[in-house]
Parts: sequence; structure tokens; C-alpha cells
Amino acid sequence: MKPFRYERAADVSGAVALLAAEPNGVFLAGGTNLVDHLRLGIAAPDLLVDVRQLTSGRIEELPGGGVRIGAAVPNSDLAADRVIRRRYPVLSQALLSGASGQLRNLATTGGNLLQRTRCPYFQDLTTPCNKREPRSGCAARDGYQRDHAIFGASEQCVATHPSDMAVALAALDAVVRTRGPGGERTIPVTDLHRLPGEEPERDTVLEHGELITAVDLPPLAVAANSRYRKARDRASYAFALVSVAAALDVADRAVRDVRIALGGVAHKPWRARRAEQALRGGPASEESFRAAAEAELAQARPLPGNAFKVPLARNVIVRMLMDLAGEQR
Amino acid sequence: MDVDIMLRVDGSQHRLAVDTRTTLLDALRERLGITSAKKGCDHGQCGACTILLDGRRALSCLALAVAHQDAEIVTAGGLGQGGLHPLQRAFIRHDAFQCGYCTPGQIVSAAGMLQEAAAGWPSAVSEDLDADDVVLDDEEIRERMSGNLCRCAAYANIVPAIAEVAR
Repeated sequence: MKPFRYERAADVSGAVALLAAEPNGVFLAGGTNLVDHLRLGIAAPDLLVDVRQLTSGRIEELPGGGVRIGAAVPNSDLAADRVIRRRYPVLSQALLSGASGQLRNLATTGGNLLQRTRCPYFQDLTTPCNKREPRSGCAARDGYQRDHAIFGASEQCVATHPSDMAVALAALDAVVRTRGPGGERTIPVTDLHRLPGEEPERDTVLEHGELITAVDLPPLAVAANSRYRKARDRASYAFALVSVAAALDVADRAVRDVRIALGGVAHKPWRARRAEQALRGGPASEESFRAAAEAELAQARPLPGNAFKVPLARNVIVRMLMDLAGEQR
Repeated sequence: MDVDIMLRVDGSQHRLAVDTRTTLLDALRERLGITSAKKGCDHGQCGACTILLDGRRALSCLALAVAHQDAEIVTAGGLGQGGLHPLQRAFIRHDAFQCGYCTPGQIVSAAGMLQEAAAGWPSAVSEDLDADDVVLDDEEIRERMSGNLCRCAAYANIVPAIAEVAR
């Protein structure tokens, strides 16, 4: 592991200034992904700025009915929070379906969003990877593709984003609050992560030195009837092949409101807007759920090694919507 | 680049200078000679290095020592101070190990897990996400302990050992 300096700041703006002054520096929060990358040599910073105790560790209800989650809130506390469990159950379930108890206790809300792909070639320094080393090639193109993307991939990169939490946040229209060298801004979670395009080395739209300080959940009535379902190669402690976060409100057998996001299928949490559009106002039936899933999946461009994800995603979406429609009856 | 830090481990205070790259696991094992936390994968995938960090179970291989200055750490060795911990007795009674390498991590993880369940934390298999009380049946124990691998596959005895203490 390459030597690095370790710094703490008195406050958020101090931490942002420290990092802005060091182009080869990174923020450290829970460290559950970064420390592994330091050891593997995927990350080789000169400076770590520890922000674990700088941002808020609180979950606060906002005046308009939303909830503000401090960036330092551990994944375990967020999953167990009573307000989240009751009003946004999909978020609690998504968190609980990810990682292990030990990891959730250390991992933070901000860090979870910024974790990097688990593509085996990204994590293996002996293979080419455009995300790790721009213009070196992509070993997954002719290699192992089971974990890889079916939506929005590019010639350069077919990696997927590994977070479960981010999939739920995308479905919930959550908004990320940041502080950077240029001041504060807000970014919808659906716009935080990028598609790989020509620059797969950039996971998100964040600038160097820009720190996530909180995530806001909007008031969202439909979220009370929401769930997360994850298909994976083991019953527990594995990343998603396909996951779905969904919320559904049915009245008089018609879909009044619906939110769907998919995980394990793209370089970012994949908000299924075509499926939502196909569903809204239509009948809450298995037939229409299937048609909506197929409308979304018409854009899929699977690889030879992950074509199974297309019918898998369809089935997981349909089963999820059937369950949510049944819950509400 | 060395940094002076203080760690409280199993009730004893330690002052030491560590390189910024040192993990808590290496600080414990290589610097303080406290070896009950084991190095299995060193990548956060196996759970052998599990400790209680400020009261919660955590992986010491993924925690930098400089980032946890003044931390209160409990290892499996510390759980057993003043006689065997009930989990340690149950593991012996149920023969819940073969080679024993994962056992300290299993026991510390189970201790942390029981506290989480007592606090009413749900899991991915909890039927009622909002229930006040957690009933630790075998399915719940398996899910909550899924971060601790046993390559000897002693799970068939680990689950009943933990279930006995959970009751």
C-alpha cells in the first residue's frame, strides 16, 4: 500500500478545502470499500480526509413531511429507523439486503452511494479495465459477464453499480445535498451516477472535493406501500444479479401511482420510467404489469453472458407489483 | 507516516504510534499481540476479524487505526474475561467449530447480533419490518450471521449454539 497522509478538519468546509488543495486526495468515511481499494492498489491517494464524524449522523423529519438523512448515518441505523421502516419500507429492506451486519455498522449513507463497482476486472490489477485505468480496455467484453449491465452500457464499460440503498433512493425521488469548493448544491439521486459513455472512470457527476452532506427523502404517500426484492446467487451476503425497488398505489383496480427502480442492471440505479408510464392510470393486473416490464426491457442490450437478466428482471418486476397490489387489498 | 493513537482493548488502555496504513486488525495482532481477532480474507468478506468497535460489531480489517483513535474495542478474548461468555460455553457444548479459525469472529459477531436483535433491529428475512420484538428463529440467525463464513461448514452446530443463548 502506498503511503498517504491522514487529516481531519474542524468542519465540512475545512474538509472540502483540504481536499480541494490536494488533487490526489480522497474523502474517507466508513472505509468499507476504500480501505479494501487501498490494499488492492485500485486507489492510491496521497491524502485521506476523514469526514466520518464531520457530517450529520442524524435522521431528521423535515417540516414539509420529508426526511433528511445525514451523510454519516450508518446503514444499520438507517435501516432500523422507525420512520424509515414505516414510511419508506423499501429503503429499510434495500439496506438490510446488502452487505452484512458488521459492514452495515461501519458503512455510511454517503459512502454507500459512492461505493465502486464490484466488476471482478475492476478489482483485479492484472486485467485491463477502462474504469480503473482509462484506455486500457475492458476484460468483461470477452469475459465473465454475469454481474454486468444490460442497460446503458458503452463499448468502454459494462460495469454495474453495486448499491442496493441507491436503488431504493432512486425509486423514492431522493435528493443528495453536497458541499464543494463551489458551494452547496442539490442533485437528484437519479442524476448522481453517470452512464459510463467515454469516461467510465467517472462514476458520478460530483466534482473533486465535493462532499455529500445529506440525503433528503421527499414526502411520498405511495412509499408506504413499497418493497425491495433482490435476486442473487446466494440467499444472503451477495450482490444483486437483478433487484427491484418499487412502490405502488392502487385504487378501484387501477394504478394511481407507481415508482420502480432496478439494481444490478446498469452503471447507475436504473429508474424504470417507461414501465411507470405504461402503468400509471392503467389496470392493476398481471397482464399490464408484464406489458410494463417488457416496455422497459425493450431497451435492454444484454451481453452473451447475462441475457438471462432480461427475463429475470421481467419476472422480478411482475412478482413485485403483484405482491404490492395484493398488500393493498 | 506515523500517528500517535490510543486504543482501549478488552479493558486495557494502549498508547501506540501507527503508520497511517495500519488497520485495526494489524494494530491488534502485530503491534499489541492481541491475536483473538483473526485475519481470514483481509478484504471484508469472511468475518474472521470481527470485533466490537465502540459497542457494535465491525470488521477490523477494513478499519484504519488512525480513523478510530480512542476507540473502545472488545475481542473474543475480552468477552471471555472473568470466565467463559455464555456464547463461548454454547459453542463448546454444541461443538460449533471444527478448525476453530473463524470461531472468535463468529462469537463476537453473535454477541453484537444479539444486541441488535434486542434493540428491535429487523433483518432482510423479518416478516414484519416494523415489529417491536425480534424472534430469533434459525432463519433469522442465519441471515444475521451471513457475514461470518465457516469453511469447515460448522453452521449446523453454530446456529443451535447461538439459538440457545438467544432464548
